[in-house]
Formats: sequence, structure tokens, C-alpha cells
Amino acid sequence: MKCLFCQSKITSEVTWRTLFYPTPMSICKLCNHSLTVISGARCSRCSRRSDVPKCIDCLQWEQFPARDTLRYNYSIYQYNECMQEIITKWKYRGDYELGYIFKNAFHTHFQKMMLTAAKTHLAIPIPLSVERQVERGFNQAEMLAQFLPIPKAPYLQRVTSEKQATKTRSERMGSANPFQLRKPINKPIILVDDIYTTGTTLRHAAKVLIEHGCPEVISFTLIRS
Amino acid sequence: MAKKTSPLDPKLAQQLEGKLLLRKEIPFEDTLFDFLLEKNMLTPIPSIVKTLFRKICQRCGNRTNSRFAKIHDINRKHGAWYCRNCLMMGRIIETEPLYRWNGQPFSWQKHEAACTWKGQLTKAQAKASEMVRRFILQPESSLLVWAVCGSGKTEMLFSGIEEALRQGMRICIATPRIDVVRELLPRIQQAFSAVPIQALYGDSAEKQGTSQIIIASTHQLLRFEHAFDVIIIDEIDAFPYHKDASLAFATERALKPSGTMIYLTATPRQKQRTKMLLKQLKHVFVPTRYHGYPLPVPIMCMCFALQKNLVKGNPPRAFIQWLRLRQNQQRQLLIFLPTIALTEKIASNLSELLIHEHVIKGSAEISSVHASDPDREQKISLFREKNLFVLVTTTILERGVTFPAVDVAIIHAGHSVFDEAALVQIAGRAGRSADDPTGEVVFFHDGKTNAMSRAVRSIKKMNRIGRWL
Ligand SMILES: [Zn+2]
Ligand SMILES: [Zn+2]
Repeated sequence: MKCLFCQSKITSEVTWRTLFYPTPMSICKLCNHSLTVISGARCSRCSRRSDVPKCIDCLQWEQFPARDTLRYNYSIYQYNECMQEIITKWKYRGDYELGYIFKNAFHTHFQKMMLTAAKTHLAIPIPLSVERQVERGFNQAEMLAQFLPIPKAPYLQRVTSEKQATKTRSERMGSANPFQLRKPINKPIILVDDIYTTGTTLRHAAKVLIEHGCPEVISFTLIRS
Repeated sequence: MAKKTSPLDPKLAQQLEGKLLLRKEIPFEDTLFDFLLEKNMLTPIPSIVKTLFRKICQRCGNRTNSRFAKIHDINRKHGAWYCRNCLMMGRIIETEPLYRWNGQPFSWQKHEAACTWKGQLTKAQAKASEMVRRFILQPESSLLVWAVCGSGKTEMLFSGIEEALRQGMRICIATPRIDVVRELLPRIQQAFSAVPIQALYGDSAEKQGTSQIIIASTHQLLRFEHAFDVIIIDEIDAFPYHKDASLAFATERALKPSGTMIYLTATPRQKQRTKMLLKQLKHVFVPTRYHGYPLPVPIMCMCFALQKNLVKGNPPRAFIQWLRLRQNQQRQLLIFLPTIALTEKIASNLSELLIHEHVIKGSAEISSVHASDPDREQKISLFREKNLFVLVTTTILERGVTFPAVDVAIIHAGHSVFDEAALVQIAGRAGRSADDPTGEVVFFHDGKTNAMSRAVRSIKKMNRIGRWL
């Protein structure tokens, strides 16, 4: 096996556990070591590392209950330089295969942290606009959703294009809702995306869902930046 | 049919001929693009060819199954294969074809006497220069020029390039190092001031490559097919051929079948040397520097507890002693270290030491560079303009880049990154200028390696041969 990211050969170390239960490794130890899993105290609403139960950003969201449509977000990794490199290659250069780096972690963290929700909720990946989807050939959020062991409900669609990267935080928070729902859903939903930055995109999606009768929306994301 | 003679055509041919491009690499609007397709002036070809057992990427030649992957998009019934090998050049996916120019061929301009360089070649240079010119006139040929560091090999190319331009040929100079592309562009442009020249590399402003002379980093050749009459490959021994077979594939394909390949090297690999000895490969040898002085012979300097000191971030004691005894204290210092980690570890202590030894006045006169340093270009030019007195570097500055008067120290020269070729190249950084043709080169080590002995032996040998010319 070769590391999906750096191409170096993976030599899996032999322990009793790997001997009895070999899990295939998709990246090498060094690359894996460069990724930071969020650990310790975190904000209960957005998963950011935090010593207080709710971070400033989340308290700010709570000032606007009409917009604060997402009950909580759970993220696995913290954003760092190595993660940024992987994401750039995966999403922007279109190296689909790199998504498999996260397959194991995405699945196991979900099983551990979303145990109760997993029984009742459906998963909806955050969609891309049609142009963007054609350009990239795939949607990274859809790929991540495929790793989850629950039914998917891909009824959300994006009507205006995504140009988030160039906007400031306040612009993003106040912008018009880019999502539409093709079919109303009355089940609780887990939104799936690669990254939680300000939480605006996820809340836009959640708002549309709730307006159409969805009882609860939470999100499960790979990275909290 | 009338369209075929429209004044638009030559420009299109100039832009598109000799290339294999993705739709997004062709900067035309859909109307023009569709028109060209319809008129069969652009032909789509499959980007990934599939046979029973394997796939072949038509851009990079990759045929290793594990270097392909499949995109499973829920909107598409079947997955689509893409090439992971040449992804950094823009993704090749089987659903998007490559396009090849199929219209009128472009005739490049014939330049009667294009060379504006008025310098004088040495005898050894002149001999090599004439060989290069003869080989360029001879179709389907290849020549290796073995020229020691500082022999002035760029100047040896001018006569050949001038001849090629006289014939209306298209020329590419390819090198594995982006620093070298940047350094060559102004020199070649100055020597052929009336000929359009472009530089192509990963993030060059120029993307298209439409000029008669192109200076390119190796990867850029992946977009070309039968484009050049002459390809000159600089530093053939440094080509990451062994790491990436697609680069060899790309250089071969970029040359027209009738073209000439010129290889340049200062440090041929053993295999190439054997071939030359057996006269299997046509070659020309330039053993002397352009200023006529011999190559500086490295001094080996044993350092006890070298690695122990380095782990603590301390430069070896022997290095300090050498600093005090340098013959010419005015010379700038180029210090090589084997790894980035070590470079960073030692930088601050080194700076303090050099201030203490009065080599520099303050920490602003010293800096360090490595391959992924974003300010690398700027630091190199600061050093060249003598705004920096000391530059600490990994092997990225081992070749190509020229500084007029430096002393060179390799700390931990026994490390495996310093193979024979690297050591000869590094030694070749010293004594480049006619005003200061000597320079000191010291290998600080904790145990002499074969590479070190062989490097010294080969430098001495070239000096010996050079004396007879
Ligand atoms: Zn929070
Ligand atoms: Zn390829």
C-alpha cells in the first residue's frame, strides 16, 4: 500500500490489535500525524476548541434565533497546514481519491459521537451548484456522506453559485439563502459538509429545511476551521 | 473553405500547434472553439486510452494502474477514470478529451543573424559551440555536452540557436529547476534581443507558450507534442527522470521526429560516462572554465562530534577556525546543510557566531533558503546583489544559480544527500568570476565518504585535462 497523499510506502506496524483486526491504512503514519483531531474541551455548539461551553461566535448566533437554525455541529479535525494541502488537492485540483483518507475517521467518529442521531436522522450533503459540480466532477460533501451508515436524502439544491472564499464574515452572514428544497422532509436531518467555517452555509441549508417542516437539523463536518 | 485563408489562421496555428490541451487550457470562446472543431482544425483525442489490462494517460504516458483513480459521482451512472500522475498540470479525466491542432501548420520566422551577443568564446567553448551547431543542422540527432561548472555553457549554445533560427526552427530549453528558468530568461533574451522568448513554469505569468524560443521547466513539456525542432536539456543528470518516468516521456514527445536533442551536464552519471568512453554516445567535453583558471579543489575537514553538535544547533569548531583563516574575508559565504530541519536549527546560532566573529555586522546580513521557501527567489537575488553576506541553504542551490565571488562550506558533507554529483556541483559554485577566479570550498564531515573522495578526484582530473588544452 502507498500513502494516498505523499506516495510513500505504508509500513503498518504490527501490534496485537492490527494482527487480529487489520484495518487498511490509506495514509502513512507521518501524514496521519500531521492531521490534528480536535480533542479536549470544545464548544458544545460548533465543535471549536474552547474552554467555555459556548464560544463567542455561537453566543453571537444565539442573538438571532431566526438565523440560528442549526442545533449543533460536530467536527473531527482542526484545520492546519497539512489539512489545507489535502483539501486543496482533493477539492480544487479534483483528486477524488484523496477523500478516502477520511473514510475510516468519518465513519468511526460518526458511530461514536452521533450514536443516537444515527438511529433517527437522515443525511443530506451540502450540494454544489450545477456549474461547480460539472467543473469538479464530484461533490466532496456527497463523498463524505457516502461514508456514513445512514440513509441519505439528497433533496437540497443550490440555486446560486458559491463564492464564499472572497466574502468577509459579515457579508457571508447577511447574504441571501442559496438553497432550495426539492421535496419537504419531516424527519430530523444531519447535514454533511467538509468544513465548518462561520457556519453560515450550514445554517442557510438548515433554515430551508426547517421552513419545510423538518423537526431538527444538526451537522457533521470533517473540519472545524 | 474560404475561412481557411482568413488572417486569423496563422495566429491560431501558432497558439495551438504542437500541443495537447484540455478545453480549459484553450482560451477561446465557445463559438470559435466549436467552429474549429466543426472545421476539423481541432481534433479531440481520448485523454485516457483503455486497453484490456491497463489504462494509458495520453498526456503524461502514465500506465501504472495504481496511478489512476475513479470518480464515483452520484449524478453519473458509471465512474470516470482520471490520472493521478499528472494532476498538478490540471486533471486529465476520461470524460474530457485532449485537443490537437489539425489545421495549417505554422511557419516560424527565419532570422538571418539573430544573435546579439558579442562576446568571445574560449577555444574549448568554440569547439563545443561548433559541435552543437552541426548537430542542430543534422536531423534526428542527439549530442551530450559535458562542460564543467563555470565553463560558460549558455554561451556555447548561442551559435547553435542562431543557426536554428536561421532555419526557422522552434527551440526549447528545458531544465528541472525553476530558479534556472528564471535566471536563463534574461540571458537568452539579451543574446537574441529581437526574438520573442517566453518562460514557462508552474506559476509563470505566461501560460500559453507561443514564442519561437521557450524556456521551460520540465513538467511544462507535458503539454507539448512534436512542437520543437531543437530541445536543449540543461542539467540532464539532475533531471528527476528516475523519480518520474513521465518527464522522459514528455521530453521525447515534445521533440519533432526530425529534431535534435542536446543534453548538457557538468556531472554526468556513471552510466553516461561509460557510454561516452565506449564512444556509443556523441559528446563533446569542455574541461576548462571560461576564465581559464582551474576548478577550486575542495578541502576535507574532519570534525569530531559533528552530529552531536548539530543536534544541539551548534556549528562545528573546525568551521569557526576556518572562518578566521579564510584567505579573502571579503568573499560572501554560501553554507550548505543537508536538511531543512538542520538549516532551521542551526540558523540562529550561526548568526550569533558570525556576528561574534565579525564576519557580519548584524542578523540582517544572513538568511536561509530551502525548496518550499516562498521568499526564495527574493533571497537569492539579495545575495547576488550582495545585500546579504551569508546564505545558508539546502541542496536547492547546488546547481544552476551563479554568484560571482563566494566561499563555500558544506556542513555534514558525509550526509547521503551529498552524492558525488551534488558535491562537484556545489564546489563549482566557487570562483565563478574572472575578477576573483579562486574560492575556497570546504567539506566539513565526521568521516570521509566515497562520494567525497570521488568528487575531489574527479575535480582534480578535470583540472589535469584542462591544463593540456
Ligand atoms: Zn462555538
Ligand atoms: Zn497523466
